[in-house]
Parts: sequence; C-alpha cells; structure tokens
Amino acid sequence: MRGLGWVYLAAGYGFILLPVAVLVVFSFQDGRLPVPPFQGVSLKWHAQVLSDRNLMAALANSALVAGVSSAVALIMGFLAAHGLARVHLPGSVWLRGLLMAPMTVSALILALGLLTLFNQTGLRLSLWTAGVGHVVLNLPLCFAICYAAMGDQQKAAERAARDLGATEVQVLWLVSAPMLAPALLAAFFLSVTFSWDEFILAFLLTRFDVTLPVEIWSMLRSGLSPATNAVGSLVFVVSVIAVVLAEVLVFARKR
Amino acid sequence: MTAGVSIQSVSQSYGTTRVLHEVSLDIAAGEFIVLLGPSGCGKTTLLNILGGFAEAASGRVLIGGRDMAGIAAKDRPTTTVFQDYALFPHMTLAQNVGFGLRMRGMAGPARAARAAAMLDLVGLAGRGDRRPHEISGGQRQRVALARALAVEPQVLLLDEPLGALDLKLRRAMQGELKAIQRRVGTTFVHVTHDQEEAMAMADRIVVMNAGRIADEGPPRQVYLSPRSLFSAGFMGEINKIPLDGAQSALGPLALSGTGPRVLCIRPEAFAPDGLPLGPARVLDVAFFGSHVRVQAAPLAAPDLRLVVHLPPAALPQVGAVLNLFAGSHVVLDA
Amino acid sequence: MSLAARDRRVGWGLVAPALIWTCAFFAVPFAAMLALSFARMEGRAVVPGLDPGNYVRFFSEWALFKALLTSLEITLVVTVVSVMLAYPLAAIIAFRVPPRWQRLALLLAVLPFWTSYVVRSYAWLLVLGQNGVLNKALLGAGLIAAPLEIVATRTATVIGFVHFFVMLLTLTIYANLVQLSPNYARAARDLGAGGVQVLWFVILPLTLPGVVTGAFLTFVLCIGDYITPQILGGNNDLTLPQLIMLQLGRSGNFPLASALSVVLMVVVTVAYAGSARWLRLDRL
Repeated sequence: MRGLGWVYLAAGYGFILLPVAVLVVFSFQDGRLPVPPFQGVSLKWHAQVLSDRNLMAALANSALVAGVSSAVALIMGFLAAHGLARVHLPGSVWLRGLLMAPMTVSALILALGLLTLFNQTGLRLSLWTAGVGHVVLNLPLCFAICYAAMGDQQKAAERAARDLGATEVQVLWLVSAPMLAPALLAAFFLSVTFSWDEFILAFLLTRFDVTLPVEIWSMLRSGLSPATNAVGSLVFVVSVIAVVLAEVLVFARKR
Repeated sequence: MTAGVSIQSVSQSYGTTRVLHEVSLDIAAGEFIVLLGPSGCGKTTLLNILGGFAEAASGRVLIGGRDMAGIAAKDRPTTTVFQDYALFPHMTLAQNVGFGLRMRGMAGPARAARAAAMLDLVGLAGRGDRRPHEISGGQRQRVALARALAVEPQVLLLDEPLGALDLKLRRAMQGELKAIQRRVGTTFVHVTHDQEEAMAMADRIVVMNAGRIADEGPPRQVYLSPRSLFSAGFMGEINKIPLDGAQSALGPLALSGTGPRVLCIRPEAFAPDGLPLGPARVLDVAFFGSHVRVQAAPLAAPDLRLVVHLPPAALPQVGAVLNLFAGSHVVLDA
Repeated sequence: MSLAARDRRVGWGLVAPALIWTCAFFAVPFAAMLALSFARMEGRAVVPGLDPGNYVRFFSEWALFKALLTSLEITLVVTVVSVMLAYPLAAIIAFRVPPRWQRLALLLAVLPFWTSYVVRSYAWLLVLGQNGVLNKALLGAGLIAAPLEIVATRTATVIGFVHFFVMLLTLTIYANLVQLSPNYARAARDLGAGGVQVLWFVILPLTLPGVVTGAFLTFVLCIGDYITPQILGGNNDLTLPQLIMLQLGRSGNFPLASALSVVLMVVVTVAYAGSARWLRLDRL
C-alpha cells in the first residue's frame, strides 16, 4: 500500500508536467512542426521570437498594463480596505459585497459589459481600456487581501500615530502601509500575475496594441509552429526565474 | 484489565539536545502516577514514548510485561487524553466516545450502549447527540476522558489535560479524575507542571528536571522529605539555609554531619519548639486567609530572608523580633 | 462637525475611489448589458426595448440551448474528475512527503501555472493532436493501428481542463489538509485507527468544506472559460462562452450575446445558492 502512494505521485507529476516538457523540448525543434519526430536541436525559433517586433511590443504592453493596472487596483483597494476597517460606515456589509462582486463574475462577462459601455460611450479600444478591465478584475482581490490583513495591532498603531498629531495621509503613508507591506506586496504580485496572463479582457478590449496572450493567440490561428513553443518556453522560464528571485530576495530576507 | 509499566533506561534526543537521560521508572498496575516538572524537563516526551508517538533512542518500555519496541500507537494498550482534547468536531459526543470501539469492530448497538455508559461515568449522561462545539471546555475534557477510557486501555496517559481550565474548574476536575481512576482501576500516568495538582491526585509523584528523575514518592514524602534541592524548591516555597558541617549564616546549629549542605525548612514548618534558629526581625506581614505570611531577617544574618507562615490569629508587628524554631526540616546535599 | 461625523467623512473619502470605479466599470456596464439583453437587432442596428426575444430564442433554438448543456456536462465531469485526482495527490504531498520537501513537491505540482494559460492549452494540442506526442507514442508501441482523434472533441477539452484544475485543487486541498490540527489524526491512531481509517473517518470529513469550496471555484472558472474549449474542443461541440464569442464576432449580435451572458451568470448563481450551505469562502 505504501508503494502505491509514490506510484500515484509519479503518475500525477507525469501528467502535470507532460505538456510543459513537450512545449520546451519541441521549441528546439530543427524542423517545421513541433511534433515528433524530434529532428535535432536548433535555436532558430527562439531567435525568431526574440527578434519578432510584434511579440516584443506585446511583451512590453503586457508589462505596462500589468504594472499600471495592478498599482491602481492596489492603491484603491488598500484605501477602501483601510476606510472600511477604520470607520464603521452605514451599510458596510453591502459596500464590501459590492466591491467583491466582480470576483464572482466570469471575466468574459466583465469584458462584455465593458465593451457595451465603451461602445455606447464611443470610447476607443486600446491598452487603456484593457487596463481598466484589469483593474476591475484585480480590485476585489487587492481589497480582500488588504482587508483581511488589517488587524488590531495595526489599528492600535494608527490610533497612537493620530494621537501624536499625524494627519490621515501621514498615518497611511508612515504607519499603515509599512505595517501592511507583506500583504500589499502579495496583492500586487498576485494582481500582476493575473493581469499578465489574462486573455479574454485583453482580447476584447484592445484593438491595435495588444498584450502578449492576445499576440500568442493570433500566432495560434496560423497553425502549429515551434515559434509558439519558443514563446511559451521563454515566458515559462522567465516566470520561473522571477518567482525564484522574488522568493530569494523578498521572502528569504524575512528569515 | 490494567497493567503496570516498566520504563528501563530510556533516553531521547532532539537533534543534539538530550531530553531524557536513561530514565528508569516502575509503575504498578492501578497506580495514579503524576509526572511533575517545569516545561522542557522531558515529561511530555516520556509520555509520548509510552503512547507510541515517539520512539526512544535507547532503553525499553514494557507494559504489562510486554516489550513495546516497534509497536505503533494504534496497537498499544494505551490511550491518551490530549491537552487540546482533539475531539472530532464532525461527530457527536456519543460517536466520539465510541470511535475507538468502532475501530475494534464493535457493532453499532453495543457501541452506543457502552458510549452512553462512559458518558454517564464522566457525568454527561444523556448528552450523547450533542456536538463538541455545543458544550463547555470542562465538558469537552470529560468527553475526551470518556473516549479514552471506552476502549478499556491498560494504561491511560494524560497530557496536561486540565491546563485549559480555570482554577475553580481545575480543582473540581482533579477530584473527579481521582474518583474516576479509583472506580475504573486503570493505571493513570498524568503529566503536569502544577505541584498542587500533582499532590491532589497522585498516588506517587515523579519529579523530573532536565531529562532526569529528581525525586519520586507519595505526595507527603516528596513534600516533607524531598530528596533533591530541585524537588524541594519545586514542590512549594521553601527556606534554604546553606550549611558547612554544622556552621551556617545563622551561626552554629544543632545538626550532625559534615561538608557543604543546605538546610531546608517549609514556611509552615516553623514551630514554637524544635531546632533553634535564633531571633529574626519581622520585615513584612501579609494576611492570606488561611495563614499569615511573614518575611523575616535573622538578626545573625540580616541579609538573609526567611518566609514564615503563622496561624491566621497571629499578627506580629513589623519590626518585632520572633524566636524561630524549625519543626520538621530536611538537610540536603548542596 | 462632530468627531464621529468627521471620521465618517474620512471613511467615505477613502472608500470612494474603489466604489466609484466599481460602479462605473462594473455595476453600470453590467446594468447596460442586462438592458441590452432585452434589445433587438434590426439589420446592423440595435433597437433598445423590453423585448425578451433573445431569451425566447435561447430556450427554443436547440443550437443555442445545446451550448448550455454542453457547458454543464463538461464542467460537471471536469469538477468531479479533478477533485478525485487532486485529493490523493494533495494528501500524499501533505502526509507522505517529508516536511522538508513538501514545498518543492507542491511547487513541482503547479509548475505549469507558470506557462501562460493560452500556451498551456496549446501544449495539449501538441500532445493530443493527430501527429502529436501521444499518438506517435501509441503508434510506435504498436498499441493502436491508426491515430486517435482526440483534438477537436469534447475529450480533449476535458483533458485540458482537468490538467489545469488538478493543479489548482491540489494547491487548495493541500492548504486545507495542512491546517488541520495533527492531534485529530493522532487521537484517531491512539484509539486504534489504521491509515485508511484515519483518512476516511477523520481527515476526509474535516476537509470536506475546503474541498467543496475548491470544487465550486473549479465549476465557476470552468464554465466561464473560452480559451480551452476553443483551442482543444473545436467548433462542433460549442460551449456557452464559445457561443457568446461567436455572437459577438460573426454577427456582432450584442443583444443575444448579452442575453447568453446573463444565462451564464444565472447558472453560476444557482450553483452558488445550491452549495452555499457547505461553502466557506474564507477557507480557500
């Protein structure tokens, strides 16, 4: 019975890692199609991807949208969480519910709603409109994480700061934010992750300038190619490195 | 059917730290033994080794004459009452109590009957279909006890089960535990850091310190005739007067023996007659209800502080001089 | 102004940005979409009104209604299979893998998260395709005579989904298992329970709420996903999201797309209402 557990674990890992392995291996395919047989190692697809101007632009766009929308979502979410935690406002249960509501709705529906709005107000689709969508997507998350992280210790510290003459802004900047730094970082990191990989909102709400997932999607439309593998592998490797770096720099420092 | 426990030269280490140093102890069947000591003394480790949750690095454990080496917790003739009770929150009280019986294959109706009987034993008759979150902490403790006793273990292990209760409840439970143990006759091994609790319940107290047994015996013996300085101090407040032969800070005393030793006197052991200790000035008087607590400095050694318990009627003035005599006392090696 | 009133003003001020944003870019668009679902298409123009025509179309046209059934069937299968595969995996990592290696084991189990979601589904295309890794391997081993047609069928969609949700559920179920007090298992063992009995009588029931929460999350994410069915499922067996996108793209039929979206929302709400009893969203 004991051995069965390890067999299952191995089978599980096999199933989970199979597509990634295939992706990475065939990105080095010296041939036209990313399917067996493997014809030898070639770096041409990676080179092609890295010199593809559209892809590089999409990459930059993704970073921009992710960074800006996550920052906006974090700031608004943090302020709202702070406001609701500190002051007892009438109907705060409903307010919290409203702020969390977008989480319960599929991204497709969020996108459709925004598309309707933009059409009716005549707003042009661009990276900005995609960014607006991403903020809608990530605001509930940032709010929830910040709200959950607010505790009595931090409220007591804020009260002490106010007692010593700090203005509201000073309290937020000098006391609340630093004390909640781990939660703020986690919320930002999570938002960036979701925004970076987000497809449907970006697809429906952009026109000419697109994000990376949308660009990859259009690559798919033209059939199987090791170039797509190369993009996927590069994104994968960079993400892993980023996470490892974050782990080492941010979290290891805490120990 | 209960059984005795024989712990033979058991040692244990966590990493490089030794937590038990060749501890040996024999527990008679049906005894209520209390392992008493400060945190880190190894009492819980020893209990875990008895229960099968930890394997001793060296030494043997015999329960009912049977060597427990290699026998897992689930197959041992012991059950444990945990400090946080660990009642299964998704089961009723009756299902909790009957769990061990279910594992042994007892049929439903027989289980229910036995569970009801056990709940009755601990004073919770008729509450079988409640859930753990619906009852109080003290009641949960009783259910944990009932659950552990339901399978009729040869030895019951208790890991500071009264720790989470308030003082009044704790005192009540101590009496009840003792009464239940007498009724079922099972060997109880109880771990605590509270010396009053130990004295209230134990047939024998085993005082532990830094992985070794510092003293052991019936409560009266351990309290009045401690065998080590550690256990003397741990069992209650005690006055320690250093000796060299018969010389002390108070001057020469009427004691035999040579070498560096310590004269130990309990605060309540001062009497109108006994070993003369000389006069002492009263520094502080406090009324404690059942006694008066006096802090006194001997005239012969004004830096020394003695704590004396006098009967509640006696209320000496601060600054008055008392003539002190030690009634019962013990001399221990330094 | 009194202290309490001033405090409240500050509070409202802090909440205002998030509140305004949510109203402007979520509540209002949602209302607009809802209103649009009662509109009509005449040629290329949208005629607003209170016409339930789109909903009538949905319930009466088989091609449209079928998409809902397809979505529900796929989602239910995916949820059940993913939970059943993920629970043992999470349990093995939590209880069998030495504590020192658990973090690494978990990381390995969710490694594909770090590829883009689109790319991940694409990778399954490479595995399951007619010339893909699976077929070439089976052909090479002589187990089949002709390549299996998996891609562009429901099976491929299910496999693609299960792959993703097994990872997600392993993560959430592991978190649940690990926060369970070890004393419960200890007490059970102490009373004579063997390994399987401990799992069945104690651990499983106590982690069930967390499992239900994970299953609900799986349901919601799966039923609303466009990417995986579109890449792996082909165009014959459309899911509801695919149908919505189709209405948007080809005919620009916003009213119908809106109505279908409302249907999707209702389904999710019903699922929530049905499982609310076991749902503890804070335990996620």
